[in-house]
Amino acid sequence: MNIALRDPNVVMKLSRLGSFHQSKLSFLRSFLKEFKDWDYKRDLFELNEHGYGTAVYSFKKKNRVYSLICFANELHENERSDRVIATKWDAAFTLFDGVPLKQDIERLKNEVPRQEFGRLSYKELTLSRANKSVRVFNHVVERLSEGKQPDNKLIASVGYLYRTTAVYGSGKFGLADRFRIKDREEIYGPFRLEMMLVYLVRQFTFDQVNHVAKSKNPKKAVNLDLKICKSLGIGNSTGLGMAPFIVNHPTLLNNWILAREISLKKIREIKIVLEKDRELFLECLKKSIKNITSWNTESEYQINKIKFLLNDLNEFILYLDNDFNFEQDYAFNELYLHLEKKYCEECVEYVVSMMMEPYDDITSPLIKEMSSEEEKYFNIPTDRTVEELKKILEKRYPDILTIDFSKNENNLNFWFISKNKEEPRLANRFDEVGAELEQPLAIARDIKKLYELLSVTKNSLKISRFLSTNNELRHIVRRAFIVEKFPYSEIQDNTIGKEIMPIDMLRLKLSFFGALKFDPRSDKWLRICMFQGAPLPEQLKNYDEHWVYN
Amino acid sequence: MRSLSEIDTVSKRSSRAAGYSWGIAEEIGKNIRLLEIFSLPGIKNLNSFFKKKKELRLENISIINQDNEANKNEYCPIIMGVNFLDQIKTLETQNEIMFKKVSYPLLFLPFVSRAAEVIGKRIFLKIDDREFLLNFNNNIYSNYTKNEIIESAEKIYLKILENRDSFEEKDWNELYKLSEETFVEENESLKQGGAGAGLTDND
Repeated sequence: MNIALRDPNVVMKLSRLGSFHQSKLSFLRSFLKEFKDWDYKRDLFELNEHGYGTAVYSFKKKNRVYSLICFANELHENERSDRVIATKWDAAFTLFDGVPLKQDIERLKNEVPRQEFGRLSYKELTLSRANKSVRVFNHVVERLSEGKQPDNKLIASVGYLYRTTAVYGSGKFGLADRFRIKDREEIYGPFRLEMMLVYLVRQFTFDQVNHVAKSKNPKKAVNLDLKICKSLGIGNSTGLGMAPFIVNHPTLLNNWILAREISLKKIREIKIVLEKDRELFLECLKKSIKNITSWNTESEYQINKIKFLLNDLNEFILYLDNDFNFEQDYAFNELYLHLEKKYCEECVEYVVSMMMEPYDDITSPLIKEMSSEEEKYFNIPTDRTVEELKKILEKRYPDILTIDFSKNENNLNFWFISKNKEEPRLANRFDEVGAELEQPLAIARDIKKLYELLSVTKNSLKISRFLSTNNELRHIVRRAFIVEKFPYSEIQDNTIGKEIMPIDMLRLKLSFFGALKFDPRSDKWLRICMFQGAPLPEQLKNYDEHWVYN
Repeated sequence: MRSLSEIDTVSKRSSRAAGYSWGIAEEIGKNIRLLEIFSLPGIKNLNSFFKKKKELRLENISIINQDNEANKNEYCPIIMGVNFLDQIKTLETQNEIMFKKVSYPLLFLPFVSRAAEVIGKRIFLKIDDREFLLNFNNNIYSNYTKNEIIESAEKIYLKILENRDSFEEKDWNELYKLSEETFVEENESLKQGGAGAGLTDND
């Protein structure tokens, strides 16, 4: 049986993308798998009794070494902020290419804590900073120093000791450009170095909390129980900075979604589902419910989504246990069709992620296809004709071409870069100043504009001639030709309309990172947790790949 | 040291601020990155160009011919470059192309380098007395190595080079003969094991 890939015009709607969940394709899970046989080491740990100082952690294999350098500094209460406008943090980190020399550490000590205002070099690969959850960190120090373990309830309610507020890579602030490292097999997948940084930072937070507790009461203090460590991740506050990324990297976005879509297609095409695969799917699905029941958020929007998801999943599990026949041919296809008919988008995408769990043989080859050589697709094929371009727009943007942008509600917002932090923002164009400096992220509107212009242009005209008098639409012409080849490269929604939920864009990206427990703090930023439940570095050699559900 | 990613981003944003469309600004970002990769002074020339752009009152050329000469003022190197790149498939048939009076000609060069890649041919470019051989956008040979700003060019000449061997047939044959010394002479029993052995062509 040949199952068609899902229609991009359905999958690429923001509400659907904002319903994605982590899966076997997620980068943090791929990273752990790819680095499990690397040698982990804590190379340096020079912290004072308050936990301030320098530490270095590394992953090594043959001649290749990646080292995380951590700088923990004192931060006064009035200086602590997760906002992007902050200038000081509890700790700052960089991932160094190789083994840092003393002079490297000295140089970086002056640069890394300054983050955006510091200068990095091609020897540094990623950069980040993080703040403590002061409430949890102090509680853990207090309890450990008394020889006791922390309160499980508090630990579970927060889920981390530190949260990062940004992770930078790919040439930012002088960091190494991707071209310098892109041929390294071990980091070919997307965001591997960012994942490595966050993973090693997690270990630093455990070592630091143990160290401070021990310094406080050397005779009585105990280390944080390894099971508790494992249950903790690294929090992350994410704002709009992430949203333009998925618009600005269309071929990369396509490759992420396409991997997911091909996985689903292949799973639906399995004629006979083996008992062991069925059991693993059911086990992961049932165990995963605890990730939903322990999902804390004050966001009414998310609370509702969780409520619907939980109701749907409970009903779906009952259906699986009592009514569904896994012995039938193409059982996963039947299951998928049932899901689409009966349940909410969030539930459909949740189960799609679960379906992948038994099928390493399907997902592993696809993981290797999730990067993109974006430069290859930059040039516009200017020998094509207006008619061809018009047909591409009609085929790839059917719903977008029906939007009426003369209505204020469809043209309400504009994306811009803030001057003080060089970060993307979204604002109402009729209430705020600056719309004339709009970023080229209103793809739907510009596609419509292009289509209207093409409709009154001679069909046989070459694109080279069309552009010679219409270069204000050059960015969107380039894009349309990319979308022709990469059907999942475009969000099939209006990103400047009244109804836009920017966090849907963030969630899409974060689900591919492998984040859990999305906690929207507004429609424009959210908190998440990464690596919660993941094996510790010392446990990597032999770990359960389905740790997410344990 | 600035990374190439920073060079690309800042060139793109500044180009937009200087009045170019986003699509053209994207091209400029990629181009300045390319110039800097090839150790040519992209940032320096772009910065100087933007500072003087308004007072230069540049002319735009949209359709490129074999001979192109600006009327009153100089050609804008960006618009000239964008249109050259876009029209390269039609220009390919005209072996030689000439531009007279071009402002900041180094900013035109990366468009030509990229065009060389699009048509799969080398392009020889001469900016007054500075010579450049643009090899499929992979590298550039040049007699020009100064890290300086070139504010204008009287004449830009470019020649699209046909894909031809750079050597004589005799050189090839001699080298080929030497390469044959890595082959093994087949005896009858080795010939029996070759692909298709034992079959007739009709099978």
